Amino acid sequence: MKAYLTRRYMFSASHRLHSNDMSTEENVATYGKCNNPHGHGHNYVVAITVSGPVDQSTGMVCNLTDLDGFVQGEIIARFDIENLNMLPEFASVIPSTENLCTVIHDILQRGFTQAHLEMVRIQETMMNSFEYAGGGAMKF
Amino acid sequence: MVYLTRKAEFAASHYYHNPDLSPEENRRIFGKCNNPNGHGHNYTLEVTVKGEVDPRSGFVVDLKQLKETMHTEVLEAMDHRFLNKEVPEFLTRIPTTENLAIAIWQRLSPKLKAAQLHRVRVYETGDLFVDFYGEE
Repeated sequence: MKAYLTRRYMFSASHRLHSNDMSTEENVATYGKCNNPHGHGHNYVVAITVSGPVDQSTGMVCNLTDLDGFVQGEIIARFDIENLNMLPEFASVIPSTENLCTVIHDILQRGFTQAHLEMVRIQETMMNSFEYAGGGAMKF
Repeated sequence: MVYLTRKAEFAASHYYHNPDLSPEENRRIFGKCNNPNGHGHNYTLEVTVKGEVDPRSGFVVDLKQLKETMHTEVLEAMDHRFLNKEVPEFLTRIPTTENLAIAIWQRLSPKLKAAQLHRVRVYETGDLFVDFYGEE
């Protein structure tokens, strides 16, 4: 029987929203305070949903130890206490939380094979969050 | 179609063990959760039902009936219990959060009148939950 497992993680990072394709005025108009050249930070909360048949011998969709290990090694270690703008992923991509969602989704899609990836949800603050299901329909 | 979610909380203990596997295999797969003395969680249950709004009552479902069914079928059976020893489903199934969501679905589904069960969500902790939508 198919079940959906969601696990929540946290990391802290800084970023600055700025597009080289826009004038200074347009950047300020588009990004407001987020365009501050010195950047600013967030405590990001990432919820990862995976799915699959529940293995009868373990009662699990996938072993949490495997998911935690992958996320720690490939996502938390990569982004926690970093300036996102300095990372190669965001050399030519604006580190908005929309783009962060797709980058993290891609890392999981490529490397985590123990269950089917359904969705990545990132809460940037208590007041806003972003979800990406790899272009597929969202299940709720 | 309108969806309605009702929340409940219960506290229970459990441990993970598959008698078909060796003690070493059990420890390797389940880690600390294999401790036979068990450990506990404060579970949060969210039950979502769906249906058309009844034009006379303005309700999707009689919330009282949903609340009572959740109480009788889930809370009375599982709250302050050792799941492995006191809940019949888990005499033969490992009480993981996945199997807990499935068992709760199977308990509620036949008892609910009018509204249709859409989703059972079980939080084991604030950082981990499982959703079950019935057989897909």
